[in-house]
Amino acid sequence: MKIVIPGISGGVGQKLALHLLAEGHDVVGIDVRPWFDAPKEIDLHRVDIRKRAAEDVFRRVRPEAVVHMATVTSLMMKGEERNRINLGGTRAVFDHCRAYGAKHCIFVGRHTFYGAAPDSPLFHTEDEPPMALSTFPELADLVAADLFAATALWRFSELVTTVLRVSYTLGPSGHGTLATYLKGPTVPSLMGFDPLFQFMHEDDVVTSIALALEKRARGIFNVAGPPPVPFSVIVRESGRKRLPLPEFLIDRTLGRWGLPRLPRGALSHVKYPVVVDATAFRKATGFRHLYDEVETIAAYRKAFPPPVSPSA
Amino acid sequence: MPKESIAERVERLQIPFSPWGVDPYGVSKKHLTRAYTALEFFYRHYFSVETHGLENVPRRGRAMLVGNHAGGIAIDATMVWGSVFFEMEPPRLAQGMAEKFIIRFPFASSWSGKVGQFTGLPEHAERLLEEDRLLMVFPEGARGTAKLFKERNSLVDFGTGFLRLALKTKTPIIPFGFLGGGDALPTVANSYKLGKKLGVPYIPIVAYWPPIPLPVKLEIHYGAPLVFQGTGSEEDEVIAGYVDEVKSSIAQLIDRGLRVRRGEPKGSLQLGDGGISGPHGSRGAGQDRNSR
Repeated sequence: MKIVIPGISGGVGQKLALHLLAEGHDVVGIDVRPWFDAPKEIDLHRVDIRKRAAEDVFRRVRPEAVVHMATVTSLMMKGEERNRINLGGTRAVFDHCRAYGAKHCIFVGRHTFYGAAPDSPLFHTEDEPPMALSTFPELADLVAADLFAATALWRFSELVTTVLRVSYTLGPSGHGTLATYLKGPTVPSLMGFDPLFQFMHEDDVVTSIALALEKRARGIFNVAGPPPVPFSVIVRESGRKRLPLPEFLIDRTLGRWGLPRLPRGALSHVKYPVVVDATAFRKATGFRHLYDEVETIAAYRKAFPPPVSPSA
Repeated sequence: MPKESIAERVERLQIPFSPWGVDPYGVSKKHLTRAYTALEFFYRHYFSVETHGLENVPRRGRAMLVGNHAGGIAIDATMVWGSVFFEMEPPRLAQGMAEKFIIRFPFASSWSGKVGQFTGLPEHAERLLEEDRLLMVFPEGARGTAKLFKERNSLVDFGTGFLRLALKTKTPIIPFGFLGGGDALPTVANSYKLGKKLGVPYIPIVAYWPPIPLPVKLEIHYGAPLVFQGTGSEEDEVIAGYVDEVKSSIAQLIDRGLRVRRGEPKGSLQLGDGGISGPHGSRGAGQDRNSR
């Protein structure tokens, strides 16, 4: 099968490409970022998904399936440009899918769509609205991209659309929001709060996307692996020290003294949990995670051992 | 035989704890052990809690403990939570549906989840019941905790959500009457203004200082299970009728508890058998409604 992956050079994108290549598919990648050691069998195009050159790739390749991962999820990139990439890029992907005869398009989104709030239920199901819009305005463009992709389900009936809302990724590559937040020796948290976090091993994320491709699962699906774990346990088991800060102080502390940066809205995610129910996805694809929570954190810890203090 | 430790009892809870001692909802063995250890003194000695009819609570599987609030703060919920842990074999974890404001507060948020008490959302309740947990419900809600001393053994209006949920999930309702909470913390007034400022529904005011609960005897009377047949989508009138039956059972349990407390004869009935006669005159509980 000919598969185009916009956003191939990201952590999960690369792994997915290698996985699909090993399964015998023809993989074509589109990304503005480089992938220096990509296998030569992968046809890479360093172009912006919104530009003409990207459309030319679709025109020439005529893919059967597309896995859209070209969204900017980094919270540090702000403003108009991020909005344009996430919304304009998503629109371009669906336009090209339709124009050049793709049968299946997968939009890889994130589970934080649901938002973290005190009255938010544990284990969100796919039919819930995107509360992240009010609790975490910085995610608005990603939520909008997810909703745009979801409209393809009824607007473009000839195209099988899969919207995946994937929980945090953790693993040896160290890619992803949670992995980045955990990297330093000290991990800030909000004093008196210890929300559940849901994460899955990056290899399981790859398996889940590959399964969605294989099964052509139509619809919106939450994707999760092992049960969620309290944030304090994740920090402890990854060998880091937790630094509980009162809410009035955390704003002024993050991004200084070696602590990770975090936008204001993201604070709700270290205060209240965002956990999803992934039953529908398991039922539709037969997905079972291979790595449990202990193995996933151990893999991350092995790749990023806790920094040793000079006095030790 | 050496006395079983709290940690050993926590170990015997029928809950799928991970290798790190945490269940999928974040309930933590370590926090349960600490909380039950702290509670044991208050449960056994300070309030000398007496529990009757515990044989009515299923030893495993889904069930809903439904009872009255008895004034002031959450002494009632805490002691019910303690009773099924300290007295049952095997011990059970009663999971409450806490008021939404609790999770906004530092430490209260963290602790409530770790000892199994979640925000009172229908989604939480349904999910826990589907997983065969033991749910603790006070259908009077915050109105019930606001009862003053003189109203301590009365019942205010019940919500109906719990009954619809019981029907939908085919869960038996175990009614209970809680006695003594209003005596332990005799509330003379509630300050709603101060409560609003602090982000809670109200602040109870007691007539003495410091406002700590008094060491009075508390009693919990569990009645026989009430099983209603239906889907949960019945007309409001039908549901209201079922809710009245539950309310009546609880009222009878409170009434009989009070009579025993005053030293009146129990009559021919045994405490906790659920077959109660009294001023409310309801037919015997402990039977499937509409099915038998």
